[in-house]
Amino acid sequence: MNKLLIAACLSIVAGTVAAQAPLGLPEVPVPANNPQTPEKIALGSLLFHDVQFSATGDVACATCHVAEKVFTDSPLSVSEGIEKKTGTRNAPTVVNAAYNKTQFWDGRSPDLEDQARHPFLNPVEMALPNHEPILEIIRGDDGYLKMFRDAFGVRAKDITIDHVTKAIAAFERTQISGNSPFDRWYFGGEQDAMSAAAVRGFAVFLGNGRCISCHAIEQDFALFTDHQFHNIGVGINDIQDRVPELAHAFQVAKNAGADVDVTVLTDPDTSHLGRFAVDDQLSSMGAFKTSTLRNIAVTAPYMHDGSIETLREVVEHYNNGGVTPADAAVNAFLSGGIKPLNLTEQEIDDLVVFMESLTSPQFEPASGESVATATGSGE
Amino acid sequence: MSNETLNGRRDFLKATTSGVIAGMLPVSLVRLAGAAESDPDFTFAYISDSHIQHIKGNEFVRNWDRGLIRAVAEANLLEPKPDFVVFGGDLAQLGTKAELDHGAEILAGLNYKTRVVMGEHDYYLDLGEYWSDLYGDHYYSWDHKGVHFITLNSILTYDDWTFDRWESPERRMNEMAGLDNPNGSPFMVGDKQLKWLKKDLSKVSRDTPVVVFSHSPLQKIYKGWNFWTEEADDVQAMLKPFKKVNVIYGHVHQIQYNQIDKIAFTSVMSTAWPWPYPESYAQAESHLPILTVPMNRADPFNERDATGWQFMNMHTGRVDLEFNLYNNSNRTIAFNRDKGHPEDVTFSDAKTRTPAQSHF
Repeated sequence: MNKLLIAACLSIVAGTVAAQAPLGLPEVPVPANNPQTPEKIALGSLLFHDVQFSATGDVACATCHVAEKVFTDSPLSVSEGIEKKTGTRNAPTVVNAAYNKTQFWDGRSPDLEDQARHPFLNPVEMALPNHEPILEIIRGDDGYLKMFRDAFGVRAKDITIDHVTKAIAAFERTQISGNSPFDRWYFGGEQDAMSAAAVRGFAVFLGNGRCISCHAIEQDFALFTDHQFHNIGVGINDIQDRVPELAHAFQVAKNAGADVDVTVLTDPDTSHLGRFAVDDQLSSMGAFKTSTLRNIAVTAPYMHDGSIETLREVVEHYNNGGVTPADAAVNAFLSGGIKPLNLTEQEIDDLVVFMESLTSPQFEPASGESVATATGSGE
Repeated sequence: MSNETLNGRRDFLKATTSGVIAGMLPVSLVRLAGAAESDPDFTFAYISDSHIQHIKGNEFVRNWDRGLIRAVAEANLLEPKPDFVVFGGDLAQLGTKAELDHGAEILAGLNYKTRVVMGEHDYYLDLGEYWSDLYGDHYYSWDHKGVHFITLNSILTYDDWTFDRWESPERRMNEMAGLDNPNGSPFMVGDKQLKWLKKDLSKVSRDTPVVVFSHSPLQKIYKGWNFWTEEADDVQAMLKPFKKVNVIYGHVHQIQYNQIDKIAFTSVMSTAWPWPYPESYAQAESHLPILTVPMNRADPFNERDATGWQFMNMHTGRVDLEFNLYNNSNRTIAFNRDKGHPEDVTFSDAKTRTPAQSHF
């Protein structure tokens, strides 16, 4: 508990710092019904790191969202919950998730508060039968009771899962990181903050690479996402011949009351249906949320299923027009924005160097350590 | 699609469906109150204007291929299954065997019986000869579950233009493919087909719902782009005695709806490109015909933007259309029985409209 308290105190400092957005990022949006307070952030950090809230007592939010790994579980392709059970999705970073307009790869949660409810109950994550065991642990812990009282002014019997998720969300809103070499170059006017190759790569990003259309940059900040969902030929390519059966079976199950969160994390094939599983729209078949590119070089592997190991392979996938290898079958539901790019090897290299310039200083691998070593995903 | 729209759609679905699979159910979405038990009630899908375009060898324009491939794949996912699919014409761009074969191969992926309408891009190279090998008669009618369906070939024109004016079939095809073309000629049904239509309709009870499929609008909208059929008034006069008439047409690559007497007109979207389209498309090699009027509604990044296909609910003798628009909010054009004409169920109300973008 003491160690956790120290971690919590450290994050209060982080929280104070985050109140002023770093270079390249806008002010953190905070919902009116869940204002940021140091007490709440400290509580959220503690809850985020507490392994007690799982069926086996050894999995916390922090198990898959490790601070030292930019709040991911790199280099795992998909996350491991209790008893090493694997889900179907690559752990998205918590860092800058506060800016997301939806949460999860398929956007099935509208905000951080709602998102935090689900992993506790998912059978391949923390696998609790319901939220009651969490509240029982909290009500039996004087340290927690004091912190809930300080954060929310609630007494033991009045604590609900909403307080728990609000505190976790408040903590997550302190995990903000900008100030990358790109930010210093583009927004800060530091001419030598990026290498010549990265500058060339940025031109590819804006031009022939067609990246900017989804990985958006605004006039005075850059989230590198359009908050939309796109079929880019990952995952869906593997199940494309079975989409009619899979979609039908899923719709029948959903209509019969199946939990979408459980279904998409426990069945790899259904997982690849993407946003369709959430909004039932034909146009969403195989589509996943545009992920941010911040700190992308240190959060391998990539895509919703962690199926692509390196940034170069990601660029090659786009360059092929949404297929890997280049002669594989294009899926029928491919986003209209994805088409062969005919990038040169030089352009591909430069684009990768540009993406490596999006790493914030605190997540930069120690000098002498290559990115590949740091993430354990080198070729 | 905005959250508001999505939620509204969901709420509507919740309110109108029961005991059926939610979501892929425009059929329930547009079901209107008051349909009698005996009224025809079934669905069909409508894909149109794919403009499959041959480049050379085995190369076809990828953009147009992807549009048709996607529509076919999505139509195959419909629940409940449509009774049939109509393809609304302009399968090919320049009417060649290569284009028609390639398009037919993609269309053959549909898991349903498919009826095909003749478009001018399918016709003017060989006057529909190879198309006939693939799809048979150029105009025909059939009955299905109490509804009389008619498919017209509405893209014919004056004989002297067709037979006596051009040095080659390719030239003829190219001239008819152009917009704002002073060498063009207005679309027609022609006397022979009008006689056939009169005879065909004479066997149909006036109470029977009638649905007419044509490539061009059987109403006069804009002659320069052949949003036009020369004998539209004659056809409308023949249809006038029937209580419930629906005309569905392609060619215009945009959503239009209109009511003349008891005839409800609704267009369908193209799977290839929207008319008009923005000049920004021309920045890259686009394979589009040259256009005189720019537009501001298509996203030049997303090749599927402002294109789509339709799912139709045939009930109470009226056709209600659900537009599946890949990169945009889906739209529903349904017949409003109180007002006696089709309308957009969401955007007819000024309060729910999306304001037009006025600057960039």
